[in-house]
Amino acid sequence: MNHSSFEFGLYVFMLAALLGFELVKRVSPLLHTPLMSLSNAISAIAVVGAIVILGEKDAPTWQRILGFTALVAATLNVVSGYLITDRMLKMFRKREPGQK
Amino acid sequence: MGTFLPYIYLLAALGFILAIKWMSHPSTARRGVIIGELGMVLAVVGTLLRSDVVEGDQYLWIFLALAIGSAIGAPLAYLMPMTSVPQLTALSHAFGALASALIGTVEYYRIQPTGFTMGALAAETLLGYLTTTASIIAFGKLQEILPTRPLTYKGQNIVSLGVLAMTVILAAVMVVSPGESWMFPAFIVLSLLFGILLVTPIGGADMPTVIALLNSSAGVAAAAMGFVLDNKLLIIAGALNGTAGLLLSMIMCKAMNRSFINVLFGAFGQVQTGAAGSAVQRPVRSATPEEAAAILDSASSVIIIPGYGMAVAQAQHKIRELYDMLTRKGVNVRFAIHPVAGRMPGHMNVLLAEADIPYDKLLEMDEINQDFPVTDVALVVGANDVVNPLARSDQASPISGMPILDADRARTVMIIKRGMSPGFAGIDNELYYLDKTLMLFGDAKGFVGSMVKELGSSH
Repeated sequence: MNHSSFEFGLYVFMLAALLGFELVKRVSPLLHTPLMSLSNAISAIAVVGAIVILGEKDAPTWQRILGFTALVAATLNVVSGYLITDRMLKMFRKREPGQK
Repeated sequence: MGTFLPYIYLLAALGFILAIKWMSHPSTARRGVIIGELGMVLAVVGTLLRSDVVEGDQYLWIFLALAIGSAIGAPLAYLMPMTSVPQLTALSHAFGALASALIGTVEYYRIQPTGFTMGALAAETLLGYLTTTASIIAFGKLQEILPTRPLTYKGQNIVSLGVLAMTVILAAVMVVSPGESWMFPAFIVLSLLFGILLVTPIGGADMPTVIALLNSSAGVAAAAMGFVLDNKLLIIAGALNGTAGLLLSMIMCKAMNRSFINVLFGAFGQVQTGAAGSAVQRPVRSATPEEAAAILDSASSVIIIPGYGMAVAQAQHKIRELYDMLTRKGVNVRFAIHPVAGRMPGHMNVLLAEADIPYDKLLEMDEINQDFPVTDVALVVGANDVVNPLARSDQASPISGMPILDADRARTVMIIKRGMSPGFAGIDNELYYLDKTLMLFGDAKGFVGSMVKELGSSH
């Protein structure tokens, strides 16, 4: 990564972090647990990096093994993160109990 | 195709931002999850389509890895009981961070970087490996495979900080020059070790802060990977998660009136030797389920205060029955949720929502505290330190200044508890000895069940 690209990356990071701060501040404390599992699933975007590592041309075997392990781990994180978030959110209902 | 890819990533990033935005309210939150999932699918498909990235015969391995990850992840998410959500989250952090760390390791040997890139790579691998081991220890504590009390020894903080310092020095050397061949493996070992040292001395009730911090560090590791791979999508997703976790842990710290440093290095909640044991047995008033049910029956407003004890006893469904019964009799029943109740941020809300209690009855500390003085009964189920009035009155107490739920200001206080043991902070709870307090000794689930039966047969 060259310098100008690195600098540009820092700008992106700064703006995304500030945006994240503003958005998360607005999340109701009711939903702090699903928020955490959702943001955790999003950060498992490491799948992208893992695919790049595993799919690279002429990569040595040790690289493929680590890439494969990383991809399994990241996928596990993505899938369990999104599913548990959805499972939790399904339970938040406003109606009075008993009225189906 | 290659020219479209940056825009696919841009859409994915937009999906992630909207996902967090829509989490702000229960009515839009599920939409948020769907857009977040779409973002992830776009990112993965976009990457798979990059012919410059993926070699033809590697697709098989990629799909195999995706299949294995999904095959383990899906049942984990569906079969774990809701009370185990903190453990599952810790485990999830460990896997995500491990992926970042492994990718960083491969990148190190592939490009042998120095300078900026090495700095980012060092941050990625350090945070990745330390979050992996720290999350595994946190998982062990939450699952109670490991002792939940802080494990401490003399000079602990010096050892932990020494390991961290060595790790950072090694990283700095590798940033400046290519370094010796032993340095990177040593750096990995030290990062793993620091993760273990960091969480071992932290007690169970501080887990909300710790889990939020690990959530944050897993995110920052992913963002650092974005710098190494020159990928803006990774930077954005990582930064969003990094700030989400950081903000949550700040909220948790504020709710305990403690600093990060105190949570991480204070070894809070050690068994207090001497003082607690030698205290004179003070008299308390106790009541049977029949008496307690009669008091609830004649009340017109009740606030229930759940804590980790409710989760341990799996009492949320019985509490829902109690809620139904009392609501039908015209009693105004609400729930007061302290920010650090339970083992992760928002833990109690999830359990009560699971039991089908409408979320507009779950109120935050600031919303409900002013209502306690006009409330007939405050019913505490498995909470302790968060209702201890000593936090207000005793400057010397370890929980001094911690914002609490003002249960002691209700007309009658009832506390369901197994025995008189102190809470996590290791101190006695003044609330138990008030004249208006009734101790309801027993298992939360069983006791609430008996009260429900009593209320049901009373007319």
